[in-house]
Amino acid sequence: MHRYFPHTPEDITMMLGQCGLTELSQLYCDVPEELRLKAPYNLPPQMSETEVRRHFDRLGRKNMPSLTCFAGAGFYDHYSPAAALNLVGRSEFLTAYTPYQPEISQGTLQYIFEYQTMMSRLTGMEISNASMYDGATATAEAMMMAVAAGRKRRRVLVSATINPAYRRVIDTYAHYHGIEVVTVAQEDGVTSREDMERKLGEYNDIAGVIVAIPNFYGIIEDHSGLAEMVHARKALLIMTCVASDLASLKTPGEWGADIACGDAQSLGIPLSYGGPYLGFLCATKALMRKMPGRVVGATKDSEGRRCFVLTLQAREQHIRREKATSNICSNQGLMTLYVSIYMSLMGPEGLREVNERSHAAAKYLLDKMTADGRARLKYPDKPFLNEFVLETDYQVDTLIHAAIKKDNILPGVKLGEHEILMAATEMQTAEDIDRLARTARECN
Amino acid sequence: MNRELYGNLVFELSREGRKGYTLPANGLDNSNALADIPSALLRNGTPDLPQCDELTVVRHYNNMSTNNFGVDTGFYPLGSCTMKYNPKINEEAASHRDFANLHPFTPEYAAQGALEAYWQLQQALSEIGGMAEFTLNPFAGAHGELTGLMVIRRYHESRGDDKRCKVIVPDSAHGTNPASAAVCGLEIVEVKSRPDGTVDVDDLRPLLDDTVAAVMMTNPNTLGIFEKNIPEIARLVHEAGALMYYDGANLNPMLGVARPGDMGFDVMHINLHKTFSTPHGGGGPGSGPVGVRKGLEKFLPSPRVIRRRVNRDDHPVAEHQRYALEYSNEALGSISATLGNFAVQLRALAYILSLGRDGLMEVGPLATLNANYVKEKLKADYLLPIEGVCKHEFVFDGLRDKSTGVTTLNVAKRLLDHGYHAPTIYFPLLFHESLMIEPTETESLETLDRFVEVMRDIAREARETPDVVINAPLNTPITHPDDTEAALRPILTYDELIAG
Repeated sequence: MHRYFPHTPEDITMMLGQCGLTELSQLYCDVPEELRLKAPYNLPPQMSETEVRRHFDRLGRKNMPSLTCFAGAGFYDHYSPAAALNLVGRSEFLTAYTPYQPEISQGTLQYIFEYQTMMSRLTGMEISNASMYDGATATAEAMMMAVAAGRKRRRVLVSATINPAYRRVIDTYAHYHGIEVVTVAQEDGVTSREDMERKLGEYNDIAGVIVAIPNFYGIIEDHSGLAEMVHARKALLIMTCVASDLASLKTPGEWGADIACGDAQSLGIPLSYGGPYLGFLCATKALMRKMPGRVVGATKDSEGRRCFVLTLQAREQHIRREKATSNICSNQGLMTLYVSIYMSLMGPEGLREVNERSHAAAKYLLDKMTADGRARLKYPDKPFLNEFVLETDYQVDTLIHAAIKKDNILPGVKLGEHEILMAATEMQTAEDIDRLARTARECN
Repeated sequence: MNRELYGNLVFELSREGRKGYTLPANGLDNSNALADIPSALLRNGTPDLPQCDELTVVRHYNNMSTNNFGVDTGFYPLGSCTMKYNPKINEEAASHRDFANLHPFTPEYAAQGALEAYWQLQQALSEIGGMAEFTLNPFAGAHGELTGLMVIRRYHESRGDDKRCKVIVPDSAHGTNPASAAVCGLEIVEVKSRPDGTVDVDDLRPLLDDTVAAVMMTNPNTLGIFEKNIPEIARLVHEAGALMYYDGANLNPMLGVARPGDMGFDVMHINLHKTFSTPHGGGGPGSGPVGVRKGLEKFLPSPRVIRRRVNRDDHPVAEHQRYALEYSNEALGSISATLGNFAVQLRALAYILSLGRDGLMEVGPLATLNANYVKEKLKADYLLPIEGVCKHEFVFDGLRDKSTGVTTLNVAKRLLDHGYHAPTIYFPLLFHESLMIEPTETESLETLDRFVEVMRDIAREARETPDVVINAPLNTPITHPDDTEAALRPILTYDELIAG
């Protein structure tokens, strides 16, 4: 028997006997013969742990060795604390199910409550749910939440400056959910206020407006007065954000947003080729019962002890079925533990320091990359935190290839033949940047 | 599990001036770095986060974890959730350093190993599901359902068939089925199930017309009963021009026995966090790959991982270009910004490699054996509404003796006192006192026997000292939390807690 199965041949015979059977195949007497597998799966034979390790080592070697990462586009290479990586591996957390039995799940419930508090404080919103999948689906769910709250309104305005990877998901959900998405144009890399005003005036059925902090080009947009404009049209303001940046940037709460959403990967979650990350969704308390997903609340037990339970479940799919606020069930649970530990270790100063260092590195990167006059900021004079778009005289592909090969550096995300999105964090050094700039100088 | 409540919140351990990090030197002047950003774009002050040294944080979360119950703690017979053992080698694969630092937008030629891992898993799942291709992009089971229904809508759209706005689901289905259909813009039509939870073909037939997009089913169903009529159902559904959707929540007992593709299903999802042993993580991250039969591959969400032939004559590509990402206009769109929960996919691949062909063939039969054994041993004390062999799970309708006043909830809570997780309760809705048990194949005879013993003890207690059961749990970190108050006056953050 395989090491994962405890059954001895005697166990099997005895257990079958208990059921009045003699063969395992009799357990499937109700499966029509023509449906049964006639041969084992066409898959490789079992591997020992050593062979499994070798298999992943072999696959790992087919990736380019660990690259210094100036790529961002929503996902950033930040410091991952050893304590966070280690503690999420505690099997009491890792191998638990959804905390439907609060008596033996206070660990899970407590960290989700801490997470909800920290996310609310970070975004400046009143409440948070217990997580969504990723930033893109969190933004799409925020859109559907606005539509549900807006009753018969089924139109959403989306700024052209939000992450295009999010936009693809928004468009997909909108298409199947019957929502009309209207793009608000951009001008010089920021949402056009003129077009926003025009479109807000043009339609009477707008449920929500989606803008970004910072936007896809790394620009910190000035959203002054936007909330008032949106609310005057009885629509909800949704801000999709890079979580880590909110330690310094004006928050959705301060801008007057109704829903804040986005990805919390930037709070130290390893890049892991795309996941698991952590979608977040925060809102005003007025929207509490429209929120998708799980929520943890504080209460007391029969002996007066403070404790935590899943609450407001009347919104959810296992109770409301097709009338639920969303179909989400499993979310990114354990990742809320990860970022709770991250934020507990970093504290307010740590998050601020990450922003400062990322900004200092980004400015230095920009200086070095533009020093020889062959590359320039695409949107000059626009404030950015740690990411910007560079226009280059040379082919972006040439730079990316050369930097990967020569320097073990991933210089950014290609946006066009002569356009690259570059990000810096606290993880890259002046020396890394100097090396990259040297390679850029040799590109033609 | 520690049965004394730890209970502190990290905010209560915070002390001004403490910190638990040091950032690496970067050779730059970082002081006052944000001064060039207009202050109108900056937040007022810093977020009020805890200030703690590293050990305080480590002890806090360690102590918190001891009030939690996981599969590694003890037996977890939670029906429909497939709480099997989560092998440790999977965790090594998930945190492998060659994948952990890989940015999702790394050029394909620099991420061939990651793309190959994705490809290997989707191929293995296709073989196991009897499908042509899987996307691994969906983040969870419900997300997979939504994606699968989008595939189906896209398929009908592509044929210009725009009347199909309904999905038929059995009344015994998981709540996510109708919820996913609603998110996908489809109407839900419920088909009644027979007393054993199987779909009544005579009830289904009149519902099938040219407005039906799909029929969603699990097989075995939520009562653990195999739908014998599945070939006929598939035939009727296909004749009506609709597609068959397989909810893979109950796939585990079918491993090594039968494949959804061979049963006539066109689209399916798999919960990697059930059948393929990736840990539930207290509610995620999961993974809900979606498979489709031949002809539907092009509708799968973008990006899709494709494998090119390395061939000198034809359209030659070099070895480092073998795996690539494809964004297509025929696709249903995108349901994620990346390729999904990649590290979860690595765990599932490690599991499939560890079990291999022969190990995978044994999963279903052993899971089914364990379920039937427990069922037979307990049916004298608990009411078994459906006789005969079950598959991976079965449902009792509470205690056999209904005179005691002891409910399914009481039994479930009493199990917590004895160091077991509770079964799934009050689902499916077909019975008043549903108690749904799924032992999985990784539990030993000794574990099952001890569980049976405890369940019999509880049945005896219900007759002799019912108050002990009704007042359970008594031996857990907390007892009888006030759910009503929690929902009536929700306290969702620490700020609300200290204000209130």
